[in-house]
Amino acid sequence: MQKFWNDPVTWGHAGLYLLGAIAVLAVVIVFVTYAIYFERKVIGWMQYRRGPNRTGPLGLLQTVADVAKLLMKEDTIPAKADKALFILAPVLAFVPSFLVLAIIPYGLNLQFADLNVGFLYYVALSGITTIAIVLGGWSSNNKYALLGGMRSAAQMISYEVPLVMSVVGIAMMTESLNLREIVIYQEGWFWHWNFLPQIVGFAVFVVAAISELNRTPFDLPEAESELVAGYHVEYSGFRFAFFMLTEYIYVYAIACLATILFLGGWNAPAPQLDFIPGLVWFALKFACIVFFLFWIRATLPRLRIDQLMGLAWKVLLPLAILNIFLTAVGIEWWGKGGG
Amino acid sequence: MEKYANQYVIVTVFLVLGIAFPIVVLQIGKLLRPSKPNAEKETTYESGNEPVGDSQIRFNVRYYLYALMFVVFDVETVFLYPWAVAYKQLGLFALFEMVVFVGLLLVGLLYAWRKKVFQWNSI
Repeated sequence: MQKFWNDPVTWGHAGLYLLGAIAVLAVVIVFVTYAIYFERKVIGWMQYRRGPNRTGPLGLLQTVADVAKLLMKEDTIPAKADKALFILAPVLAFVPSFLVLAIIPYGLNLQFADLNVGFLYYVALSGITTIAIVLGGWSSNNKYALLGGMRSAAQMISYEVPLVMSVVGIAMMTESLNLREIVIYQEGWFWHWNFLPQIVGFAVFVVAAISELNRTPFDLPEAESELVAGYHVEYSGFRFAFFMLTEYIYVYAIACLATILFLGGWNAPAPQLDFIPGLVWFALKFACIVFFLFWIRATLPRLRIDQLMGLAWKVLLPLAILNIFLTAVGIEWWGKGGG
Repeated sequence: MEKYANQYVIVTVFLVLGIAFPIVVLQIGKLLRPSKPNAEKETTYESGNEPVGDSQIRFNVRYYLYALMFVVFDVETVFLYPWAVAYKQLGLFALFEMVVFVGLLLVGLLYAWRKKVFQWNSI
C-alpha cells in the first residue's frame, strides 16, 4: 500500500484499498476461527483434557462448525426489547473493532493507513465499543443484561485510563504517536525495545489490556455464575456471533499493539538476525502475546468486582502516572537522545 | 497533502467495509435460518421463571461515579498526549507545569479515595 501513499486519490486506488481491506477482513476471520480453536486446545491441555478433537482432523473444523450453526440458528428478539437498538448494538460493536485494524503496521512495507494520531485513533475508536455494550445491555430489557452491560462499561472505562496513560511514556521517548515511527525508533538490539525502559508502563499496559478485553481474570461482565452471560444474554444466532467476533478482533488488535508499542514490532532481537523477514518476527511476538492471554485464562481465578475497580484506580492509575514522570526524569537525566 | 488524503481514504474504505460486512452477513443469515416466532420464545429470559416486574431496574449509583472519574482522567490524558509528544523540545519547565497539573488531579483522586468511591459494598 505504501507506493500509493503519495499518489493523488483516484477511484482505482480506492478499489485497491478495498481489496486490501477485504484481505484484512479475511485474515482476521481466519485468525479468530483458529484463535478460538487454539484457546480451547491450550486450555484443554493445561487442564489435562484433549480439547476439541472430533470435528474434522484434530478438531480443526470445530469453530467452522460452530459458526455455521450460529448462522443457521433462529434469531429471536425478545418482545420487550427495544428492537432498533437491539439490532444496532452488535453492528456498532463490530465496526470500530474492524476500523482500528486499518492503522496497524505489520512490516516496514506492509501497512494500510499511516496516521500521525496513531495510538489515539485506536483509543478513540475502541471506546465506541463500550457504548455498543451498554446499548446491548440496555435494549435487551433484561435484568442480567442490564447489570452485565453496566459492569462492563464501568470496567472498560476504568481500565481505559491506565491503558492510555501507560503509553504516554512511549510517546515521550519517540516524540510521535505514529505506530510506524514508534517501531522504527526501536531498531537495534532487543534492549532497545520499549519494554525495558518502559517496564512499568508495559506491566500496566498488559494488565489494563487484559481487562479491556474482558478476559479472565477480569471477565466479570460475563461472569457465567453470576450474570448468566452478561450483556449479550438475550442475543442469539449471528448477532451473538458478532459480539464474540468483536471480542476476538480486539484480542488481535491488542496483541498487535503490544507487539508494536513494547516489543519492537517487526524488528529482529539482534541486528544479525535481520535476514529473517520482519513479518516473521512480528507474527512470532504476536503469537506469544496471544498464547500469554490464553495461558492466563487457564491459570488465574476471577476477581471480585470491588477488587477489580480498586485495582484500576488505586494501583494501576498511580503507577501509570508515576511511569510518566519517571520517563520525564529519565529523559532529563540521560539526555534527549536516550531515555 | 496527497499522503494524508490517501490515509483517510483507507480509513473510509475500512469504515464502509466494516458497516457492509455485518449487514450482508445478517441478510445471508436471514435466508438460511428458520423464523418461527411464538410468545414463549419472545419472553425475556430470567433463568426459566416468568419475568418479574420491570427489567429496567435500579442499579448502583457507583457506576455514575466511575463515569465522572473517567471523564476527569480521560480529559487529562487528552492533555497529556500533546505534551508527551513535544516533551523533548519543551524541557524542564513543561515538566514542572505537568507535575502541578497532574498533582491537582491527584488531589481529586485522593478525595474520591477518602470518600470511599472505590469501595464496593453491593452490586
